[in-house]
Amino acid sequence: MSWQIVPGNSSLSMLLLAALALAFLYAARQPLHGVIHSLSRALSDGLRLGARWLARAAVRLKERNTLVLLAHGREEVTQAIEREFQRVTVLVQRDLQGYPALQRRLLDDITRIEEDYRKCGEVPPPPPEWVKAVEAVAQIKHTGDGVAQKLLEVISESLESIYEQVLGEYRRAYEERHRILDSFVPFGRSLNETLLKVDRNIGGLQESAARIDAQMDRYEQIAAGSERVEHSLTASATVQFVISALVLVIAFGGAFVNFWLIARPMSAMVGGGEYIVGDLEASHIAALVIILVEATMGLFLMETLRFTHLFPRIHNLPDRMRRRMLWVAFSILFILAGVEVALAVMRDQIIAADIALKRGLGGGEIVAAVVETAWVNKIPVAGQMILGFILPFALAFIGIPLEYFIYSARTVLGGLLVLVVLSLGFVLRLTGNVTRHLGRALVMAYDAVIFLPLMIERAVLMLRGRPVASVSDAARLAKTPETLL
Amino acid sequence: MRRRWLIMLLLAAVGLSGCGDKKSHARAVYLLVDTSGTYAQELDRAEQVVNFLLGTLNPGDSLAVARVKSRSFTEKDIVAKATFAKDPLQANGQKRAFKERVSALKEKSKGGSAYTDITGGILQAAEFLNETGAGRKTILIFSDMQEELDAKTERNVNMNLTGIRVVALNVTKLATDNVDPKRYYGRLESWEKRVKSAGAAEWRMINDLEHLERMF
Repeated sequence: MSWQIVPGNSSLSMLLLAALALAFLYAARQPLHGVIHSLSRALSDGLRLGARWLARAAVRLKERNTLVLLAHGREEVTQAIEREFQRVTVLVQRDLQGYPALQRRLLDDITRIEEDYRKCGEVPPPPPEWVKAVEAVAQIKHTGDGVAQKLLEVISESLESIYEQVLGEYRRAYEERHRILDSFVPFGRSLNETLLKVDRNIGGLQESAARIDAQMDRYEQIAAGSERVEHSLTASATVQFVISALVLVIAFGGAFVNFWLIARPMSAMVGGGEYIVGDLEASHIAALVIILVEATMGLFLMETLRFTHLFPRIHNLPDRMRRRMLWVAFSILFILAGVEVALAVMRDQIIAADIALKRGLGGGEIVAAVVETAWVNKIPVAGQMILGFILPFALAFIGIPLEYFIYSARTVLGGLLVLVVLSLGFVLRLTGNVTRHLGRALVMAYDAVIFLPLMIERAVLMLRGRPVASVSDAARLAKTPETLL
Repeated sequence: MRRRWLIMLLLAAVGLSGCGDKKSHARAVYLLVDTSGTYAQELDRAEQVVNFLLGTLNPGDSLAVARVKSRSFTEKDIVAKATFAKDPLQANGQKRAFKERVSALKEKSKGGSAYTDITGGILQAAEFLNETGAGRKTILIFSDMQEELDAKTERNVNMNLTGIRVVALNVTKLATDNVDPKRYYGRLESWEKRVKSAGAAEWRMINDLEHLERMF
């Protein structure tokens, strides 16, 4: 069947077909416009509805994140305040408990110093008779009389001897005062030290009080849900997230080294060439299990030491039970470290035997693995043994960064999720707008295709004196009422 | 209703716990060494292959070395065989002992055999490999692949090499091959066709013994 309406004349056929198509399109203009409008509106409304839902979800998510962040911050501040109060309690119990004794000592010292001081003030009074005699002699006039002269000379001699005697007594009295004053010094020092100690204690108390004040301020800000504290907590969580992730990566590096240290000798324990799941050798899985058990014991150790708070039940155990659990976890960790040391020795033996065999296969004579006696040759095995012993304990500390990672990841990932939801909402809204405008563009393009019948329609309407609708009216009609957003 | 779910969950857990890896990861290798005629001169190179295998195979793997003589479908021609222990140190000891046993191969093969029964050797190898239960089974044929049977020996039997890889090593050219290379290629083609029709997983030829790692 040929498409040509006029056989043998394709141009005329095409023209006729175009005319038919135009007529059809003109006739179907209103319904097709309606279809395009409906489709574009359905799409854009759906997308904008989705965008709105996502925006609301993002707001709810953000509120939830803020709640969690503030709750976590409140918990941390509460713990910090508790710690400060514990410090103050210890300070008060340790130092202020001894304050009555300290006060008694201070009073004793002060009393002794006062007594000594009083003793220092007591100067021996001059003999009163001697003063009167001196006054009487002083009234004797010099007349050149020999008796008087003689008498005065005798008196002078007597006075000189008395003077020397008095001076001696005076000096002795001062020596006594100096001695008393010397005995002041240790009491003074003791007093000084006691007061310094008191000053330090009071200073420590003041510092703790200042810290408690600061934490209380922070607590109040968190309780008030201020934006500043929210930003500060988010920034702090992001920093903690990055740091803890970095430490965890390092810890995983350590665990990886540990794994390769014990994976090979494990084949001597569980058998080489045994596979449990897929291509995973039994020895590798056993090594992995040992490392995971070590990490778990490390977590329990940190938990029982109250360094971490991942398991509230362990944290809330009675002290006696908690201490027992601590020793159990430590013992298991110690035994596993011992096992790793043994595996390190085994690893060295296996490698030595392998080297000997391969040397023999390479052309030399096969000899049993020779145990090297030189101390230099024992360094690698010693290094492996030390590593095998230390790494389990080092891995135990993984709990601390892990706790920080978990708590900070909630905040950071929550923030990222909000960002993703908002971005998705934006994309949906953008797509909705584009769809709406595409619908309008299609309508206009449709009218552009049938411009000829439309022009004829306009001319006819003008001739009849009726108002003429412009081409863009159709597009205007197609406008979606702004009911959404 | 809830109880039924609980039972189903328990059954699933029990089922999953029983799901170990049943597939064997062990390798089993059977090396056939041609000791007939002029090919007996190549025995030094066969030792090189054995050394490579001893250095490559892991605990739990199996290895056997056998001679190809006038009639080779017999256990008597197995020079050495071992399934290495799971303990690496013990496996090392086994490998040392294996090497010592293989060293005697040259002494035993002095003079060479009049005929070459490769088919008999392959049948014996398939039997051994299937008994090991290994997951990856390989027959290495260290030969010029020129089979020569005496009039009484009947080897027109169906071989079953299902799941077994066959690798021809050091397939040297005979004087007649030099005259007409088609004989050489035809010989290889006929062996490939034969082992593949017997169900072999793979046919491969390695003439460069510097690259023995290609055999696995």
